[in-house]
Amino acid sequence: MARVKVNRAGFALDVQLDVDEGETVAVLGPNGAGKTTLLRALSGLIPVVGRVELAGEVLEDSRLRLRVPTERRQIGLVFQDHVLFPHLTVLDNVAFGLQAQGRRDAKQVARRWLERAGLDDRAGSMPRELSGGQAQRVALLRTLATEPRLLLLDEPLSALDVTIRAEVRRELARQLASFRGVRLLVTHDPVEAIALADRLVVLENGRIVQSGTPEEVTARPRSRFVADLAGVNLLRGKSHGDHVKLANGSSIAAPDAGEGDVFAVIHPRAVALFLTRPEGTPRNVWQGETESIDLHGERVRVRVSGQVPLVAEVTPSAVRELHLAVGAPVWVAVKATEISVYPA
Amino acid sequence: MVLAGLGLLFFLLPLAGLIFRAPWDQALAGITAPETATALELSLFCSLAATAVALVLGIPLALVLSRTTGNLRNLLRALTTLPMVLPPVVGGVALLLAFGRHGLVGSLLYQAFGIQIPFTTAAAIMAETFVAMPFLVIAVEGGLRALDPRYEEAARALGARGWMVFARVTLPLLRPAIFSGAVLCWARALGEFGATITFAGNFPGRTQTVPVAVYVALETRPDSAIVLSLILLAVSLAILVGMRDRWLGAP
Repeated sequence: MARVKVNRAGFALDVQLDVDEGETVAVLGPNGAGKTTLLRALSGLIPVVGRVELAGEVLEDSRLRLRVPTERRQIGLVFQDHVLFPHLTVLDNVAFGLQAQGRRDAKQVARRWLERAGLDDRAGSMPRELSGGQAQRVALLRTLATEPRLLLLDEPLSALDVTIRAEVRRELARQLASFRGVRLLVTHDPVEAIALADRLVVLENGRIVQSGTPEEVTARPRSRFVADLAGVNLLRGKSHGDHVKLANGSSIAAPDAGEGDVFAVIHPRAVALFLTRPEGTPRNVWQGETESIDLHGERVRVRVSGQVPLVAEVTPSAVRELHLAVGAPVWVAVKATEISVYPA
Repeated sequence: MVLAGLGLLFFLLPLAGLIFRAPWDQALAGITAPETATALELSLFCSLAATAVALVLGIPLALVLSRTTGNLRNLLRALTTLPMVLPPVVGGVALLLAFGRHGLVGSLLYQAFGIQIPFTTAAAIMAETFVAMPFLVIAVEGGLRALDPRYEEAARALGARGWMVFARVTLPLLRPAIFSGAVLCWARALGEFGATITFAGNFPGRTQTVPVAVYVALETRPDSAIVLSLILLAVSLAILVGMRDRWLGAP
């Protein structure tokens, strides 16, 4: 669908993206990865070096000096915080796009959209009288009412209170399911991405580092961002048969992964902690220092610094038995068979 | 403290003088006197017309200003705000040189259509517009810069073309800025003296606005001058009170 290159002061975005009709793709990435820039480029709000195509129609091609302006792209753009026109009623906001299309029945159609969403009692309200969740739902209706061919959602839930986020997310999922065009969601929130998208595209520093179904992406993280959201330890190094040499010089024993650059993922539950040097099978044993201890539900996540910094997940009783405290020394052991290695 | 008090006194004393010396018994008669009424009427007409012209020309100018950047913007800004710092008399002279019968544009107008601008009501309106329009431009430009660009982006994404975006989104969102700019502009136009008397002269009923009338009356009928001054003072005060929220940030 799009090959997008944008160069701005100190930041380069270079993305090749294909989205099928009827598919929801979430572009996931940390703040500053270029997600919003990507949406603005696809919307035609900033010029692109490259090509943007929608359902066979070229919207932009820098080599052909072709550029369809935003208002003729038939796109829908939903912002993080609704951006409803503050001087227009809810009904007029929803009717705005239809009026721009020159439709005489704009208001009736807008009213039907509000009715279907159960918001018709707010038709005469001004945007400032709405709750955050209502405003974002109206903003979504305003966009959907124009029946865009491409729906672009820029962190549509992140400005909302946690308490109402789930409710708006459900409605968004329902609306997305009945929407026929191409759907692209941009977010830094993995929950939002996994709940709404069929496919994830991970964007970091203006480049796509990984893409696939949510399961595929979290099973084999290719970046610290994804590893963190999957809650696993991600190491990178060079594989030499049965061991992986890390960038800092230390080496870990791992299943045979051939030769070359690899990622090694260690689940925190596979990291065992000991007070004294453990005897027996694990071939990866280091001494480290406890850096932080956090309670996560029933489990405790212990961050250990040392030659291989890792996060371990243990039970609260283990914390007591091991006399774990921030700054205390601790032995770390990982079985080689618990490490999953795949090419970088 | 002492200096601040002196400063305040410096502002208050002349106003006090104006009020104490006012011939209150004749005030009503002064206000209703035909020559006062004529001047007042003309002043209102000219200042409102000048404000209207400033709105029509000034809003587009503010739009252009807010959308340019760099050196061009600085140049345009300097040019549009020049009348704010220029002595109004100089402005009047400049207008004469441009639109006078032998002026740059005026001579062409005279030869082609036999139109003479100086010393007409139109000249008074032009003089007031020249001096007062920058106030409107500055206010509207400030409003435009404070405007969240995403409203216009949202409108475009919804399919609105340039004119619809402007008429249905930009302009309504600018209303407060336009309103305060227009009031400032109108107040400045109402008090305009230097450029008016230079470019439009002093013809009762045609170009003699209240400030000009005050100046002329001071020589012959000082009481009448004081009454006219009081009227202008009252108008200024009314504007100040009405705009208090916007200007002084007072509750």
